[in-house]
Amino acid sequence: MTAPDPIIANFREQILNAAENKTPLSIEGGGSKSWYGNSNHFTKLDTRTYSGILEYQPEELVITACAGTPLKDIEAVLKEKNQVLAFEPPHFGEHATFGGAIAAGLAGPGRISVGNFRDFVLGARILDGKGQDLAFGGKVMKNVAGYDVSRLLPGSMGTLALLLEASVKVLPKPAATATLRCQISQEQALRVLNEWAGQPLPLSASCWIGKNSTGDGELTIRLAGAAAAVKAAIPLIGSLVLAKEIDPASAEIFWNDLREQKLPSFANLAADQTLYRLALPAACGPLTLPNSSDNLVLEWHGQQRWIKATGDQVTFDAIKKIVSSHGGHTTRFRQGTAVDPSFERFTLLSEQAHSTALEAVQARLRAAFDPAGVFATKRLP
Amino acid sequence: MIGMNMVTPPPDLAAISALQSKLVSALRPILPEYALLWEPEDTIPYECDGLAAYRRMPLAVALPETEEQVAQILKICFQMQIPVVPRGSGTGLSGGAMPISQGLVLSLAKLKKILSIDPFTRTAVVQPGVRNLAISEAVGHLGLYYAPDPSSQIACSIGGNVNENSGGVHCLKYGLTLHNVLRVRGVLMNGEIVEFGSLAPDSPGLDLLAIVMGSEGMLAVVTEVTVKLVAKPKLARVIMASFDDIEKGGNAVAAIIAAGIIPAGLEMMDKATTRAVEEFVHAGYDLDATAILLCESDGTPEEVAEEIERMTKVLEHAGATGIQISKDEAERLKFWSGRKNAFPAAGRIAADYYCMDGTIPRRHIATLLKRIQAMEVKYGLGCLNVFHAGDGNMHPLIMFNGADQEEWHRAEEFGTEILEACVELGGTITGEHGVGIEKINSMCVQFGEGERESFWGVKAAFDPEKLLNPDKAIPTLSRCAEYGRMRISGGNLPHPELERF
Repeated sequence: MTAPDPIIANFREQILNAAENKTPLSIEGGGSKSWYGNSNHFTKLDTRTYSGILEYQPEELVITACAGTPLKDIEAVLKEKNQVLAFEPPHFGEHATFGGAIAAGLAGPGRISVGNFRDFVLGARILDGKGQDLAFGGKVMKNVAGYDVSRLLPGSMGTLALLLEASVKVLPKPAATATLRCQISQEQALRVLNEWAGQPLPLSASCWIGKNSTGDGELTIRLAGAAAAVKAAIPLIGSLVLAKEIDPASAEIFWNDLREQKLPSFANLAADQTLYRLALPAACGPLTLPNSSDNLVLEWHGQQRWIKATGDQVTFDAIKKIVSSHGGHTTRFRQGTAVDPSFERFTLLSEQAHSTALEAVQARLRAAFDPAGVFATKRLP
Repeated sequence: MIGMNMVTPPPDLAAISALQSKLVSALRPILPEYALLWEPEDTIPYECDGLAAYRRMPLAVALPETEEQVAQILKICFQMQIPVVPRGSGTGLSGGAMPISQGLVLSLAKLKKILSIDPFTRTAVVQPGVRNLAISEAVGHLGLYYAPDPSSQIACSIGGNVNENSGGVHCLKYGLTLHNVLRVRGVLMNGEIVEFGSLAPDSPGLDLLAIVMGSEGMLAVVTEVTVKLVAKPKLARVIMASFDDIEKGGNAVAAIIAAGIIPAGLEMMDKATTRAVEEFVHAGYDLDATAILLCESDGTPEEVAEEIERMTKVLEHAGATGIQISKDEAERLKFWSGRKNAFPAAGRIAADYYCMDGTIPRRHIATLLKRIQAMEVKYGLGCLNVFHAGDGNMHPLIMFNGADQEEWHRAEEFGTEILEACVELGGTITGEHGVGIEKINSMCVQFGEGERESFWGVKAAFDPEKLLNPDKAIPTLSRCAEYGRMRISGGNLPHPELERF
């Protein structure tokens, strides 16, 4: 083993102290997503001191970086070589870090065509709750040696281990992209998107935004791939739904604002409202949800839906019940200022079909990496 | 393929026979007579999987036909504390389904129904014993297919694919099993039925589906898999490029990726392989080439034309001495026939062969191939190199005569040295075949004690009693210490941190 890095030694010391004092540590990067997940007031462990890109070989399609590296730095380095994080992780603030993005595990518009954050994680170096410096996975695309621990980290919200470094697969930027827009009902949008997804079309992302309570709305779709494939698909899709191409500059702003939740539909969350995130199977049609506004946004061909509704427990329970009955789950993503911050933000495993036994598995899994509960902030239940 | 028997010393026969009777009488009430085997003549087909060098006879073999029976069997074994080895089609190449002498083999082969196909949501729900290729065959008329295509796809089962996180020729573009499965339903060792993942894009809690993928039958017994189906490309064409130098061939692979192209397949064969397969398939391969690259493009006709042109330019620039582009589907299949038949071709020129599966960063392909050339001399054994160049997944085939015990040991040593070179070059000992029983010692080289201890923690989270395929994939501390003692004669100590004498 190489000489211990003083920064890592300091992290280890914080972990060992926390283990001894039984006071959990709340891992934080740039704090851009500090509002996401269950709230806690534990001591913070700041990852930003451990920053930097460790290895990037464009022809290997892999980047390895420290958890505290600003996400925008990583994207800038990739851009120079015409490569991207194809799942488009949201930043939600200019100080977003690589590690924070992994811990949140969120993905942007491209998720529906390329996969989730965990699909791209190849390896990770962590400090576990005993302060052990461990490395899992690697820097290669195919690796089945040992359990795939590094893929457990995306979305774990800092409740499993302290991420030090990660290797993530990158992809070439698509040779061509085009964005089309049309006016179409929610029901029709869900139908055509699923139909197109089953055909050899370069469909890369979609967003349907509701205009009113009658189900009318606007569908924006992004095509990406080989220039010839995009060129051929534009008139085809255009004629099917009377869609018009929008200019590339406006399109880029739109997809970015969607990813960062800066579109008007996301604005002005009332004090007593919550922005709910609904994750749903492709088969799910339009849903009628209680106490909700008309500002419905559908992404990922309807598999991710955003709805503003009253933030109280009764409403959350009612939405959860509807969504779970369709095989999905609900998150209190953002809460208005008057909504109780101590509310549980997530659907529990015990509320899902055939998942109750997994609660014990999950608890044992966490205990294996963190027997003293150093990372037991309950930020993710 | 490999012919010798590596049975561990026989334990107390009377005790085994008593345990066997106990197990059989406990399982009899829940299984039809034909679904429970224990006579040696019935269980012998189960003594090994695709890695025939490692064999062991189980206490019994159960062939349940329903998930309910699977759960009951596991409950009974859990109560009796009898280890269980799940088994799919038995095509695995790392001995992951090798029986345990005092354990049960749980074959999922009879759970082989495709339960539903939904073209609208592009999903199919299948039982674990369904063959990989059978899924694509069942949905072909809808213009869809299941993308991961391991070479054994005609025989291997989807349950096995989940447990190995299988790849294939097209996974560079279309991903591994992990990227193409939405939900896995299974039974924990204690008999509880659970679901990992869901039809939604994500699920509450930690991503347990990610860890079940490739877990080599050690965390849960798979009873149902929901797979993603994708649109069949309208067209596929392949470029066959010759190189007079391994280094140039390796660099061409990196150049294609660096040019922003993700080919549907990118495979390489060395000269020895080309000669062996040409004799077998007569595909018209360039026998003078030191390396042959197969580079495939798929998609719409316009897309393919554009990509083939770009790839051709890159290959020419990389110094290809010859380039042929498939004119039609028949020719495409002909170009691929050699690659797909590399294993049987090896079987024709050598009595036995031993298939390795390391992965390395693409830029080190030429380095590793040169080292393997030196190892051929060192061990006095030939080696064919045929591999998934696009993702650096190497499949060296070491040729030997299995009737000669000493030669087999040399082949094993040769293989181990290749794997150690893969780790040293920043890669891994297994890209897609799994650790199983075969590479369990090499796990001591790739991972330190802390990581291995964490793996045992993961195992215990799902199976606290360590009854599900417990002797595979993750070595114990004492095993690694023993391995270190064995290898000390070779010079370098793989584990200086371990106390040895």
